Amino acid sequence: MPSFDLVTTLITIVAVLLVVLHTVAYLILVERKVSAYMQDRIGPNRVGPFGIFQPLVDGVKMFIKEDIIPNHVDKVFYIIAPAIATATALIAFAIVPFGPTTPPPEPAPIRTDIPAADAQQQAQAAFDSSQKAYSERYQYVIAPGVDIGILFAFSISSLAVYGIILGGWSSNNKYSMLGSLRSSAQIISYEIPLGMSILGIVLFSGSLNLEKIIDWQANHGWNILWQPLAFFIFLTSVFAECNRLPFDLPEAEQELVGGYHTEYSAIKMGLFFLGEYSHMITTSFLLAILFFGGWHFPGLTDGSGWFAHVMKLLVIVGKATLFILFYIVVRWTLPRFRFDQLMSIAWKAMIPLSIANFVVVMCVREFDLPLVAITLASFALFAGVAWINTRRPGASGVKIDPNLKRALAAANP
Amino acid sequence: MPIAEKDVRWIEEPKLGLFDLLYVPAIVGGLATTLKHVFMPRVTQQFPEEKPTLPPNYRGVHRLNRDEQGRVKCVACYMCSTACPAHCIDIVAAPSPWPDREKYPETFVIDELRCIYCGMCEEACPVDAIELTSLYDLTGLSREQMMFDKEKLLSVFDQTANAGKDPIRTSAGRLSVASEPPKDQ
Repeated sequence: MPSFDLVTTLITIVAVLLVVLHTVAYLILVERKVSAYMQDRIGPNRVGPFGIFQPLVDGVKMFIKEDIIPNHVDKVFYIIAPAIATATALIAFAIVPFGPTTPPPEPAPIRTDIPAADAQQQAQAAFDSSQKAYSERYQYVIAPGVDIGILFAFSISSLAVYGIILGGWSSNNKYSMLGSLRSSAQIISYEIPLGMSILGIVLFSGSLNLEKIIDWQANHGWNILWQPLAFFIFLTSVFAECNRLPFDLPEAEQELVGGYHTEYSAIKMGLFFLGEYSHMITTSFLLAILFFGGWHFPGLTDGSGWFAHVMKLLVIVGKATLFILFYIVVRWTLPRFRFDQLMSIAWKAMIPLSIANFVVVMCVREFDLPLVAITLASFALFAGVAWINTRRPGASGVKIDPNLKRALAAANP
Repeated sequence: MPIAEKDVRWIEEPKLGLFDLLYVPAIVGGLATTLKHVFMPRVTQQFPEEKPTLPPNYRGVHRLNRDEQGRVKCVACYMCSTACPAHCIDIVAAPSPWPDREKYPETFVIDELRCIYCGMCEEACPVDAIELTSLYDLTGLSREQMMFDKEKLLSVFDQTANAGKDPIRTSAGRLSVASEPPKDQ
């Protein structure tokens, strides 16, 4: 384990926090602008040119509004719920590389053709020098070389549901309660395909470490090329995890007033938003890292030096930005699922699909088949599920009952 | 009237094929529609800077028309206040100082807050004296300010009659038969 400079880490943390928080503020503006453009409107344009100072005044509004704590709430949980929602979303960003990284060095091999003592000494020296070189190079991630990487991100981001559940439950309000119950059911269901879909990637890269996963893709091609079905399942589950439309049942305005944050006001509600949008940023980076090669871009990011660093940084941030925009565009395109549809998609379609996909990946890995085999199998599996769906009773549309026709004819002679 | 059998059209849900059940083409189609709108012209009007173009029959603030001698055209017949469904027109009639009519309104007050802008006063008026203009940005600081009296309503006429948007709609340009005093007196 290489040692790290505390000052560098602290500077990175502060920089990342500032960037993420400001991005969240501007994401809300982007969301409003994009939704306006998609509905042939202009969107906020009064505060500064093109409304670019809107996030600032929104932030000020959040802080200076009256912060109401209703009498009927459970005060302790009511106050810590938004903190949990925000903190978990921000902590998950700790292991997410946002620029060029190198995987931590492997243990040096011990040679057997020379005396054991010498071999050990040589290996030790080689290991020390590689560790030194690794720790001297700046890694664009708050906590570099975390070997449980993606597992850490998933475990922390699934804690975010505690913020929602506590918020809804402590509000002592039926709407909030319903919203948080929906949220817990939704997140429990969608964690399974979320985890299953990345197992295939982990099998090939041989590590949960995100830097190693990027490194594997830089050498073998992006995972989207080899595992499109896993990407599709991951994308869908991530939408559900982020409570974004079409999976925003926890805060379905038309049914639940404000959902789990009905009783929240001022900055506490702002913190829920902050958590939601930071979650979006984190998962967009994860999508870019797991399936689109992270900082890797063919021809652009080879080489080293100052220019290559900037290019790699721009590439990964650009990919994440595209995913964030995709989130926003989907939100203003697709209608919300009904709750039973939500559950049946997860349990009847996505979980079986992800298991089948995982079996395919295991077969390809075991028998050393070409990677293209997974791509082809992914499309075949997807079409197969649709074909099974066509044979489901009820898929062919609801037929009109002849008895109903007769009864209506008799009632209106 | 009961619904006859021939009026009923039975619609059955279309059968979904393999292509429809892939769902992805439908989602992509939806995204294409919304993204297409990003590049379409905006329909928003930036209100204080851009004024709306209203239809010629827009029903806004009332006015009391003047005749060609500058007198109020109204003959205080109470047709408008009778027709008014909101009871917002209050007229006090007095014997007319002019020879061409019996009565004229001594006071004529419209409560603009109570008015529902239905235009029935305009339709009821036999002498085309009351008309609705296309002024829509009606504001006031108190309820009293929103009670428009005769002077105020005549000033609305002065303001709008020659502005182009609200021409005087009187067809004959003079008082009609209903306002003339009875012949046999």
